[in-house]
Amino acid sequence: MSAPAAEYGRVPALLAQHRPRHGEPAFRALVILASLTVLAVIAGLVVVIARESLRGIAYNGPAFLWGTTWDPVHSVFGALPFIYGTILTSVSALVLAMLIGVGVALFLAELAPRWLAGPVGFMVEMLAAIPSVVYGLWGIFVLAPWIRDYVEVPLHDTLGFLPFFTGNPIGIGNLEAVVVLTIMVLPTVAAVSRDVVAAVPLSQREAALALGATRWETIRLGVFPYARSGIIGAGILGLARGIGETMAVTMVIGNAPTISLSLFSQGYTMASVIANEFTEATTDLYRSSLIEIGLLLLIVTLLINAAARLLVWRVAYGASARNVLA
Amino acid sequence: MSVMTGETTAPGTDIEPTDRPPARGIAVADRGELAVEHAAVGVEIDHLSAYYGQHLVLRDITLTVQPNSVTAIIGPSGCGKSTLIRCLNRMHEVTPGARIQGQIHLDGDPIYVPGVDPVVVRQRIGMVFQRPNPFPTMSIFDNVVAGLKLAGIKDRALLQEVAERSLRRAALWDEVKDKLHAAGGALSGGQQQRLCIARAIAVEPEVVLMDEPASALDPMSTLKIEELIDALRTSYTIVIVTHNMQQAARVSDRTAFLTVGDDGAGYLVEDGPTRQIFTNPQRRLTEDYISGRFG
Repeated sequence: MSAPAAEYGRVPALLAQHRPRHGEPAFRALVILASLTVLAVIAGLVVVIARESLRGIAYNGPAFLWGTTWDPVHSVFGALPFIYGTILTSVSALVLAMLIGVGVALFLAELAPRWLAGPVGFMVEMLAAIPSVVYGLWGIFVLAPWIRDYVEVPLHDTLGFLPFFTGNPIGIGNLEAVVVLTIMVLPTVAAVSRDVVAAVPLSQREAALALGATRWETIRLGVFPYARSGIIGAGILGLARGIGETMAVTMVIGNAPTISLSLFSQGYTMASVIANEFTEATTDLYRSSLIEIGLLLLIVTLLINAAARLLVWRVAYGASARNVLA
Repeated sequence: MSVMTGETTAPGTDIEPTDRPPARGIAVADRGELAVEHAAVGVEIDHLSAYYGQHLVLRDITLTVQPNSVTAIIGPSGCGKSTLIRCLNRMHEVTPGARIQGQIHLDGDPIYVPGVDPVVVRQRIGMVFQRPNPFPTMSIFDNVVAGLKLAGIKDRALLQEVAERSLRRAALWDEVKDKLHAAGGALSGGQQQRLCIARAIAVEPEVVLMDEPASALDPMSTLKIEELIDALRTSYTIVIVTHNMQQAARVSDRTAFLTVGDDGAGYLVEDGPTRQIFTNPQRRLTEDYISGRFG
């Protein structure tokens, strides 16, 4: 019988033959290139936006941040109504979406039988795939009239003395924007939270169950503390989507640069004003001021992200850090 | 009945059930405080079969667990040891598709009957898992009293007292008394497991189940856990699953040997006093297993 090809003792020689491995440097180069591309895009974006808004910054000065008048015809540019509109709508939508989304996540991950959790989870993800202009259309033609007739008018008639419910309920304004945004943010929050909750180790649930915990107590004791930072992360993703969302909000918010506590009032967001007015920005100054709003939007997004990350860090490590100090 | 004497001395075998001397480290130092009268009860497993879906994993187990003693369940991988003790506190049914046939009696009362709340069963039967699973973000103190807080007990002084007593019984008090409010996840693996034992006994269960409680631990921590089991036997009925036969021989009063049938279902081969199982097994399968011929 002849010696087999892989005769004992040949393997080290074979291994040596196959060095050096050329794939390694190529792989390294590829992934480094990919990362550098991202960095270059971000850097380029910031540079261009900053440069293009220089003219606006020089003309408007810091008052741009707190000016409440936006009157391009007379070259008066104040961005506060847009900042207010963006924060009001996205934060309100986030709060609502977190309440509903975490509930959906717990249902899908903890309570729903498998035959139900699969299809429902898929549909939640489908919500995220609907183009935002479709949400906008639905918001204008279906949601807005419904909210006007069945929510705004009754609220106006009964609680109209509160600052939140003053003005004419015309079915276009902050409330519609918040509702549409909530629906758009919901799938992000729900899907990410569901994955986070599902990733909580079984041993945590069993620890609670073995102590005689009911289902809800098991979630409170074994699941929530473990999933807390991940659920906040889901909120960050949702907020990012809410802040940047342009089309659907533009279609239902009314696009009037006013600052009002009222849910019925029309508003405007940073993203909306850019989308609406960039075609009519006929002067360099007007154009530059719009781009300055874009810069502001970028900064606000970065700040919110940084704050949220800090929050996650504090929640994730805060308990133990506090205890070490105590 | 004194479980401390009697079936424990066995000379001359490889795996020798050591005589449990009264002098063994921490457990003994704490023994005075451990001599708390506790109404431990027995468990009768009556023709129990367990399934995952259509798949039979345990066939027709009938076994009596004596009160105030340590019963070890040994057997090769896949024989259903863990499934068996998970049936005892109705944790088996938590797995989707899992179900059982037969009955289990706790102190004479059936636990698998309509109207018996598994939550109540699990309050009476504590459990310690293979991997230490303290609540990582909760403080050591809150971990220990988690079961009491679940039941709605808020009396701070009472919680303090129970926490200290449970941690002492779990031989962890001296190591953590100065950092009770540090996170439970910050302890070492062995300390975490003793924390889990403290958490389980804080609610004063009648039976404590231990599913390979030391298999994820280093030898020193394992020794501490074994000493702890030894110290707890006077107050509790303990059922311990272990794949470590020496451990079974060291800590248990009675041993049940399970193995896997050709159809993949586990069944009980024999059970009896630990010394008898390890020195004079009645069945050939048992003898093969404990002498290391398979498994």
